[in-house]
Amino acid sequence: MSGTNGKIKIGFYICHCGTNIAGTVDVQKVVDYAATLPNVVVSKHYKYMCSDPGQEMIQKDIKDNDLNRVVVAACSPFLHERTFRNATSQAGLNQFYFQMVNTREQNAWVHLDPEASTDKAMDLVRSAINRVAFHKPLEKKTVPIKPDVLVVGGGIAGIHASLTLANAGKKVFLVERDPTIGGHMAMFDKTFPTLDCAACILTPKMSAVKNHPNITMWTYSEVVSVDGYVGNFQVKVKRKPRYIIDDMCVGCLDCIEACVYKEPRFYNEFDQGLSKRKPVYMPFPQATPQLVVIDPETCIWFKTGKCKQTCVESCERKAVDLNQEATFKEIEVGTIIVATGFQSFDARKVYYYGYGTYPNVYTALEVERLINASGPTSGEVVLRDGSRPKSIAIVHCVGSRDKNTNLWCSRVCCLYSLKLAHLLKEHTHADIYNFYIDIRTPGKMMDEFYTRMAEEGVKFIRGRVADIYPDSTDEEHRRLVVKAEDTLIREIIKVPVDMVVLSTGLVPRDDAQDVRRMLNISCSTEGFFIERHPKLAPVNTFTDGIFLAGCCQGPKDIPDTVAQAGAAAAEALALIDLGYIELEPNTAFIVEEECSGCKSCVPLCPYTAISYDEEKKKASINEALCKGCGTCVASCPSGSIKQNMFEDEEIYSEIDGILNYQMEEALCC
Amino acid sequence: MLLKNETGQTASKQWEPKIIAFFCNWCTYTAADLAGVSRIKHAPNIRVIRVMCSGRVDPQFILDSFAKGADGVLIGGCHPGDCHYQEGNYKCLRRFQMLKRVVDSLGIEKDRLRLEWISASEGDKVRIVVNDMVAKIKVLGPLGLPLKFKNWADEMHVIVSEVAGKEEVYA
Ligand SMILES: Cc1cc2nc3c(=O)[nH]c(=O)nc-3n(C[C@H](O)[C@H](O)[C@H](O)COP(=O)(O)OP(=O)(O)OC[C@H]3O[C@@H](n4cnc5c(N)ncnc54)[C@H](O)[C@@H]3O)c2cc1C
Ligand code: FES
Repeated sequence: MSGTNGKIKIGFYICHCGTNIAGTVDVQKVVDYAATLPNVVVSKHYKYMCSDPGQEMIQKDIKDNDLNRVVVAACSPFLHERTFRNATSQAGLNQFYFQMVNTREQNAWVHLDPEASTDKAMDLVRSAINRVAFHKPLEKKTVPIKPDVLVVGGGIAGIHASLTLANAGKKVFLVERDPTIGGHMAMFDKTFPTLDCAACILTPKMSAVKNHPNITMWTYSEVVSVDGYVGNFQVKVKRKPRYIIDDMCVGCLDCIEACVYKEPRFYNEFDQGLSKRKPVYMPFPQATPQLVVIDPETCIWFKTGKCKQTCVESCERKAVDLNQEATFKEIEVGTIIVATGFQSFDARKVYYYGYGTYPNVYTALEVERLINASGPTSGEVVLRDGSRPKSIAIVHCVGSRDKNTNLWCSRVCCLYSLKLAHLLKEHTHADIYNFYIDIRTPGKMMDEFYTRMAEEGVKFIRGRVADIYPDSTDEEHRRLVVKAEDTLIREIIKVPVDMVVLSTGLVPRDDAQDVRRMLNISCSTEGFFIERHPKLAPVNTFTDGIFLAGCCQGPKDIPDTVAQAGAAAAEALALIDLGYIELEPNTAFIVEEECSGCKSCVPLCPYTAISYDEEKKKASINEALCKGCGTCVASCPSGSIKQNMFEDEEIYSEIDGILNYQMEEALCC
Repeated sequence: MLLKNETGQTASKQWEPKIIAFFCNWCTYTAADLAGVSRIKHAPNIRVIRVMCSGRVDPQFILDSFAKGADGVLIGGCHPGDCHYQEGNYKCLRRFQMLKRVVDSLGIEKDRLRLEWISASEGDKVRIVVNDMVAKIKVLGPLGLPLKFKNWADEMHVIVSEVAGKEEVYA
């Protein structure tokens, strides 16, 4: 015990955190109390323990008073445990001679009664002071990081992250579920706030991905399992059959021409159903890779087994293979970037807006396609019956900021509504009405964009739309009435329009929960993947080595998505270039002399880290495989398995501390 | 002998139950942190002990907590299927089912021991569970096992010395 003749000497510190803690917890009282506890040599409070002076204070005390244990009551260990461990180790103590008391997140921030908060703090401080005496000096274990990276999702986030990593010389596996990369951005014509053409900035990046020697791009593929841990993930990817041989297809489209369906008849996903496609199709002209795909759901051969297979015949290069089967690839990567994006709120859920009932009610995404020069109408904005709208209502916040649907603001809807207003005006010269709750345009150049759009003669009505219904005065039954309260003039207004655009919010993907489970990461209440810390670790997850980029973490625009993708790539690079990661040493081990060889622990370990040595008749734990959950420890009947950092004595001492239970006294009778 | 235990005290301060909570690092502990970040106020009666996984919770921890004066014990883990270590929470559940019977046979009311699945996003569930548990235990009153143990021990003392006295007589 670092030159202290076996005597435990504890330094105790409580942080005010400004008024965050000290506003509720009586820090002076806690300090006075801690000073009376056994082994406590120093007991202090300070405004910001995590600041340099706070850390230096600990270090000085360690040296001056020969401290060999440190306890800090401050925020959550998730935030500053590392900081204080570093401070401890820099003063020459083993960093695991430190214990933290969560006094902010789990105390001062959640309780109102200062007295009860202070009592709680004292209980937990006593508990930590009890515990820390049992701490052992430990070393972190290091594991090497495999340099390859998996990127899941090929929207702008996944594309940017992949290119950043590949340009830095790392091998990237990009797995995209759809037949092409590009994500939502590929569907847009122009992008706010610059109104530059989406394809012009996206397509070059898509081909860069395709052609990059360091990127293996698997489209029409899905990750089916992920095992292992940071530095060493084993990933299984399913490549769905495209019924086209990748290396043979040159994207000439002859097979589409030759299909027995002379006319396209099936829902075109990329155009949101505003156009039709054949069972064999190219998702869109710039699809990357330039490979057609055959959809077995609609192809007559797969449905009936009868077809002349004209597509097969038409292909000179013999690229069509109707017997293709799914293949599975197994790869090993050190880090993973999740970039699975978002989906649009289902407008049918706000039934009184009539989406799906009235043909002239559109979603914003449909209008993005209508406006698009390569869209279903070649950029001409016409209604489903072919007529041009003369008046258009844009309804903001559909599905957002509403306790009946989703509480959050989707951040991009006001801006894309303004963009659509401008583009619709440009295309149709129609009267345009924006119905908004309030206009939200934060971000660089965004409010300027709003001002510019507002000057273009688009009308703004502040009020949430209450109802949309057919105009009874319209003999052709096409016109719709948009009813809302104009809250600026406090009047109910009814605006007849030819077309309604619903600015639907951004929501998590339907399968986000499955992806989360597979990757062992967490979702926030809304269902977006949760970052390790909203401010300080915005692209990290609670699982080391897995990072987030883009809208899968929450709604955001393209500039923020790209910035986040860059950050995620940088985090992965930092790990890869260091070459190893330090893991907590909370692994389990067996005290051989005490093991009775009952084998009850062996089947409990999900990582098969425990084996039974027939010769010695003892169990043994492979430290490299143990992930440190402690399940075996809790089950050992003879108590001969121990978990570093969570040994029985450590936990019992916490219990004793909390309950202020004193062994000797209890036993004295 | 003096038990420095706070349960069973009748002094001026109103009795408040003390609940020991074992929260797994990945879900429930994070949820309790989230409750903090979201300033979701709840009863100040729980004292959290962090473990890596609910699978680490040894039934002995729970019996020990009761024996040493806890009025309630709460175990918090990830939802089924979500355990950071795949299935630690199932192991916990299995032990919990058995433990419940033991605890019951010891005469400890069932509301004093609770297992809850609380995911990292369920800050509000921390509030709901803690408040509910505190309210129920307030109705039950203190468990006060240390005091009971002491009384039993005293009774034993008396019996033992009585027996010893008789033995002396017969001797
Ligand atoms: C109508 C509308 C207009 C918009 N206009 C603008 C604008 O003008 N300017 C602007 O800055 N922003 C705009 N945005 C926001 C913009 O769309 C997003 O910021 C951007 O698309 C986010 O990119 P992403 O890569 O995170 O997600 P996505 O674009 O959703 O890409 C995710 C990709 O991951 C794939 N994927 C999903 N799950 C899996 C899985 N399990 N396995 C493999 N692959 C998977 C998907 O197929 C998809 O290709 C608009 C949004 C909408 C709805
Ligand atoms: S990690 Fe939460 S229960 Fe296992």
